[in-house]
Amino acid sequence: MTKRAGMEIAFAAAEAVALCKPDVVAAYPITPNTHIPEHLSDIVADGRIDAEFICVESEHSALSACCGASATGARTFTATSSQGLLFMGEVMPIVSAMRLPVVMAIGNRALSAPINIWNDHSDIMSQRDMGWISIFALNGQEVVDMAIQAFKIAEHREVLLPLNINLDGFQLTHVVEPILFPDQAEVDRFLPEYKPYATLHPDKVLSMGTLGMPEIFTEAMKAKDVALINSKKVILEVWKEWEEQFGRMYEPIEAYKTEGADMLLLTMGSMGDTAEVAIDESRKRKVSAGLLRLKLWRPFPIEELRNAVKGAKVLAVMDRAVSFGGSAAPVGAEIRAALYGEPDRPLIINEIIGLGGRDVTVGDFIQIVEKAAQAEKEKPEEAYEIYGVRGS
Amino acid sequence: MSIIVENFDLYAPRLVDKEEYFSAGHRACQGCGEALAIRLMCKALGKDTVIVNATGCMEVVSSLYPTTAWKLPWLHVAFPNAASVGSGVEAGLKVLRRKGRIADRDIKTVSIGGDGGTVDIGLQALSGAMERGHDLLYVCFDNEAYMNTGIQRSGATPFGASTTTEPAGSASFGKKAWKKNVAEIMVAHNVPYVATACHSYPLDFMNKVKKAVKVKGPSYIHCLSVCPTGWRLPPEQCIKAGRMAVQTGIFPLYEVEDGKYRMTIETRELRPVEEYLKLQGRFRHLSEDEKKVIQERVNQEYKKLMNKVECLPSWSDLKE
Repeated sequence: MTKRAGMEIAFAAAEAVALCKPDVVAAYPITPNTHIPEHLSDIVADGRIDAEFICVESEHSALSACCGASATGARTFTATSSQGLLFMGEVMPIVSAMRLPVVMAIGNRALSAPINIWNDHSDIMSQRDMGWISIFALNGQEVVDMAIQAFKIAEHREVLLPLNINLDGFQLTHVVEPILFPDQAEVDRFLPEYKPYATLHPDKVLSMGTLGMPEIFTEAMKAKDVALINSKKVILEVWKEWEEQFGRMYEPIEAYKTEGADMLLLTMGSMGDTAEVAIDESRKRKVSAGLLRLKLWRPFPIEELRNAVKGAKVLAVMDRAVSFGGSAAPVGAEIRAALYGEPDRPLIINEIIGLGGRDVTVGDFIQIVEKAAQAEKEKPEEAYEIYGVRGS
Repeated sequence: MSIIVENFDLYAPRLVDKEEYFSAGHRACQGCGEALAIRLMCKALGKDTVIVNATGCMEVVSSLYPTTAWKLPWLHVAFPNAASVGSGVEAGLKVLRRKGRIADRDIKTVSIGGDGGTVDIGLQALSGAMERGHDLLYVCFDNEAYMNTGIQRSGATPFGASTTTEPAGSASFGKKAWKKNVAEIMVAHNVPYVATACHSYPLDFMNKVKKAVKVKGPSYIHCLSVCPTGWRLPPEQCIKAGRMAVQTGIFPLYEVEDGKYRMTIETRELRPVEEYLKLQGRFRHLSEDEKKVIQERVNQEYKKLMNKVECLPSWSDLKE
């Protein structure tokens, strides 16, 4: 039976992973994700799940150990943040190319320097093109739901790809929220046992991770791209099943009061809740604004985006990372590219906001809605803006 | 010379498994000591083994898609992480066996890497895996430089050797630092079984592999692997060079079992290091003075080792 409990979201994430009965967990401490593996190690130490918990000596080894464990057919989980994710970087594209369904939670945090432990999305954006499924959570409930969905998606025979769930550092990892937890029987009904496609075992000898010459490398990359694109179908199916069983709906892009809206905000992660309040405020002031919350970052939901922005005049895309010297920030550039061929696309403005833990308030979003209204009248010269820079 | 090696032809058919787990047709250079060592290691390991291979020569020559030389389950991930990937493989096999999802029998995880992947970029992962105590054998095939990328200097390159990144020249005699001794670093981890080995003493090497497999926990073998290409010597000199490394005391063969040192190939009188150095082009530039420095260092290191052999008791003897 579903239980409602107030819990720190990092702990809740660990409880959700435990409900999925992972076989191997390998992790290395780094703020702000640390409470996830810490609490999982508690769960293992108390014998609530039967798993091997490997206290590795680095993040590089955390993902390497997960890669090895997953290759034997074990259900595998890790978590990290920031520099830790960068240190995993070498192994990231290998896990996806080897089609190993490792699930990872990322407590998103800024990249150094200056060293900063607080939230933004520069860590995951640096790993955008590693071939992983990448999902962003809005709140604690989504973290728990997505963690359970994650194994089903990643391990699906038609997917077999690693998946990362992004939860904003501190804003989500360290916040206590009331969360609905399904019970073990419900999770068991939803999530089948992992049936690996190929495993390392002497009874069926095979070589994994072989050398690819130019003659086959392009084809291998094409296969990886197709696999990631095709995973969307399964993601949507799994979300549908989740909704049927648990009543909570998940979509690649969630729309809030977008019907007939002239101005749209687009956010990822925990900003979406704050932006929702700003939309309510704007509506009270008779400003025609709505909100899109992008949950599925990879594979990118191009069709859903095109449909979601139909009729809007201005789309303000929030980014929590900088693509230094680029044409726009990562999400802004992605969305411009995705909408480029659309005949009636909205004007797109790109606001970089909330870097390194800078608070993002309702007032900020109201201002951005105003900027969007302004932009419609006088087209801005800049392709993007770093919002709220002091002293300028 | 060891008697076992002299009578190899006589004993080999009875002592060495006929089954090949590292098959012919791979793309290693002629006279590659490492390929030979791997072939011998696999025979000693037998079929219930999973191999985790660091990036390096052996991964490149043995796994050109869609072919593979491996008749054992084999996994290559990256350069620095054979030990950490091996940790995951070991943990995975252990938990799946415990949960009844794979057959209930011992399968040994064996991580292998070259000297670059072991003593340099992979040292942290190796140290972590050994410290955690996984049931994992790690074998370093040490050919004393980054041979796969073109003979660049590594932490295992010996003093005085000329490499493509620390070459000999009019102002340099090649490598200025001494070879890093990773076997001793593994001993310092209190690993229950540590050994040095060389393909030129095949039965000694295979016996060590068999011993290491029986250890329930971490074990480490450092196998000197002659690289004719990088050492600048004719392929047919591969075995001889390995023997000279041992017989000059440059690379003594020993094992450390629960802290107790034992020489496995006894060398009554060490040959002069000159006999080893002169075989190889990488030492061709060395002056007599530089060779003397090497000889003195080898003598000193050998005495240090002998001291350990004579003086250090096994852990069980220390319990009294």
